[in-house]
Amino acid sequence: MLKTFPIGGIHPPELKLTSDSPIRQLPVPQNITIPITQHIGAPATVMVKKGDSIKTGQLIASVNGFVSSNIHTSVSGIVNKVDTVPDTTGYRQTAVFIDVAGDEWIDTIDRSSDLKKECNLSAEEITKKCLDAGIVGLGGATFPSHVKLSIPKGKKCNVLIINGVECEPYLTSDHRLMLEKGEEIMVGITILMKALVVDKAMIGIENNKKDAIEHLSKLALNYKGITVHPLTVKYPQGAEKQLIKALINREVPSGHLPVDVGAVVHNVGTAFAVYEAVQKNKPLFERVVTITGKSLTNPGNYLVRIGSPVKNLIEAAGGLPEDTGKIINGGPMMGKALNNTDVPVVKGTSGIVLFPDSESKRDEIKPCIRCAKCISACALNLEPHLLATLSLKGLFERAEQERITDCMECGSCSYTCPAGRPLLDYIRLGKSTVIKMARQRNIK
Amino acid sequence: MSPTVIITIISLSLLAIVSAVILYFVAQKFKIFEDPRIDQVQEILPAANCGGCGFAGCRNFAEALVAAETFDGLNCPVGGSAVMQSAAGILGKAAVAVDPTVAVLLCNGTPDYRPRTSVYDGAADCRIQHSLYIGETDCSYGCLGNGDCVKACQFDAMYMDPVTQLPVIIDDKCVACGACVKACPRKLIELRKKAKKDRKLYVACSNCDKGGPARRACKVACIACSKCVKACEFGAIVIENNLAYINAAKCTFCRKCVTECPTNSILEFNFPPRKPKVEATAEAINN
Repeated sequence: MLKTFPIGGIHPPELKLTSDSPIRQLPVPQNITIPITQHIGAPATVMVKKGDSIKTGQLIASVNGFVSSNIHTSVSGIVNKVDTVPDTTGYRQTAVFIDVAGDEWIDTIDRSSDLKKECNLSAEEITKKCLDAGIVGLGGATFPSHVKLSIPKGKKCNVLIINGVECEPYLTSDHRLMLEKGEEIMVGITILMKALVVDKAMIGIENNKKDAIEHLSKLALNYKGITVHPLTVKYPQGAEKQLIKALINREVPSGHLPVDVGAVVHNVGTAFAVYEAVQKNKPLFERVVTITGKSLTNPGNYLVRIGSPVKNLIEAAGGLPEDTGKIINGGPMMGKALNNTDVPVVKGTSGIVLFPDSESKRDEIKPCIRCAKCISACALNLEPHLLATLSLKGLFERAEQERITDCMECGSCSYTCPAGRPLLDYIRLGKSTVIKMARQRNIK
Repeated sequence: MSPTVIITIISLSLLAIVSAVILYFVAQKFKIFEDPRIDQVQEILPAANCGGCGFAGCRNFAEALVAAETFDGLNCPVGGSAVMQSAAGILGKAAVAVDPTVAVLLCNGTPDYRPRTSVYDGAADCRIQHSLYIGETDCSYGCLGNGDCVKACQFDAMYMDPVTQLPVIIDDKCVACGACVKACPRKLIELRKKAKKDRKLYVACSNCDKGGPARRACKVACIACSKCVKACEFGAIVIENNLAYINAAKCTFCRKCVTECPTNSILEFNFPPRKPKVEATAEAINN
């Protein structure tokens, strides 16, 4: 019997079209735009000005506060300007525009492909290196990793959980990374274990990636304390709290963090980035992105420099199909539609999914029939139909009592609703209002 | 009459007398004095309970009026100065004159001026759409057109125009309660001072981007060129955050800014038709 989380969950069609396509390098574009907010927390402070000549891997925006992250340039060239650019939502935010010239990396980066296993750094030094390299959670939430590695006083972590679940349909970037960079990921995990001072690490992988499970299990034999666990295929297993419940059967209480139950979760992509940052001195300026869609002629997984426009990625995958109805940034469940293909790839971009017109339309909104399918689907034991109604009617105090802030916005409720109700849209509205209300209350 | 009936009448009467005495003393002990003027004032208020005064309904406002030393900062936008005058009469205080206001929409991005660049098919609610992305056009400040303001209006003073896809405010019905102002997630509705003959003159744009992106997104966007500031002889126009704003207190409705504006983002309503330009020049020469 495979492990999984007990409450809720759905199983949408997997459609992992690109799981056999090896990671390819996307050519470096002529111009690149690097936003200074690519993480949760305060925007970084810009360190360069117009006309500066910079080398690949150089710091261009530095941390601003504890929950923030460094931003490095992904190309060498000359800073064209510092201006605003529409981000994935279309709203403008500050970014550094760079005209690319050659590809000259800073000297400190070790560009050789040799595996470097030994790491003699202390926990503080590793955390410092993650901070310097601008490592953030690459599963999609982009939470700065150095914050997760700094365990608060009085709390203790006794297990490191590595997230190789990739439960979103279509996406395969983590899958390919596990197959091609397994050894590096293992070293990355040992480094993370050292930083957290734990002797146990568990890698959770869904059972639809049998080759990755086999590959990593074989490698794990050579690394002390690391074990690989196949999991039942169920969405949203990649969510932190669900993965903890599935692997070690501990429940993170409402309003608490995983560290409160002695666990810290990192993505496999993050483990690889940590390896590169600590062993090779390479800051986080490129990542693997899946570009996929049923109508694309050449879908695949690409190693993309941060700041490359999404349209280059689509070009590389065979060009925009004529029947495209929607372009989703991220997976089809949690991703959001793009309204512009000029937007840059950022640290949190795990995939770009193109939907044909026929599949991209929402259903007509009909009245709720109280079938309770959304309640069965919710992995957090919430009542989505109730939360949606409360938000719509403006009853936010009641919504707060019903734990609306626990919602992780996985979208299972909207997916399963037979009446086509955009439950998550309504819940998001309520959640943001409740969070605002709570913040004002705290100020008072 | 049977003795049973007589005993019943006497015992019940005794019970009633005892209860009445107890109730009398309890009522004396727990007596609450309520100013009778609160009822009188509430009587003359419009009973719309719209919250436009900033209080929770008309009763609450009446209590505030009775308790207040002066009427500073207290105004019923629905009833206007007539109601405030009579309330002042009842309470023997001086009414403070407050200029009547009317809601105006600070966006003129019709589909002709502001081309649609994407299609939104999520929940038809401005707040939700605003939190998801910039909307169907390239303007991140303009009207989203889902009509949250229309839903908020209790006075039937607004409707969505299907052609312009913008809300329309019916001046005669608008009581300036401010419900739409609060409902709009993009803060596109302003309560402006009512001028004589219902004349209105304002910058119908809220785009704070620089001129280039603003103009690319919408043909009638304010590009902060400051021509109107120079044209205004009364110093009524200021530019802040790449956006011109006409101060209604200083504006004399001379309409010079309207003709100066290169993007036609300043709108005028209820003015007499302008004299044709040729005549105007001829007059100027004659003088």
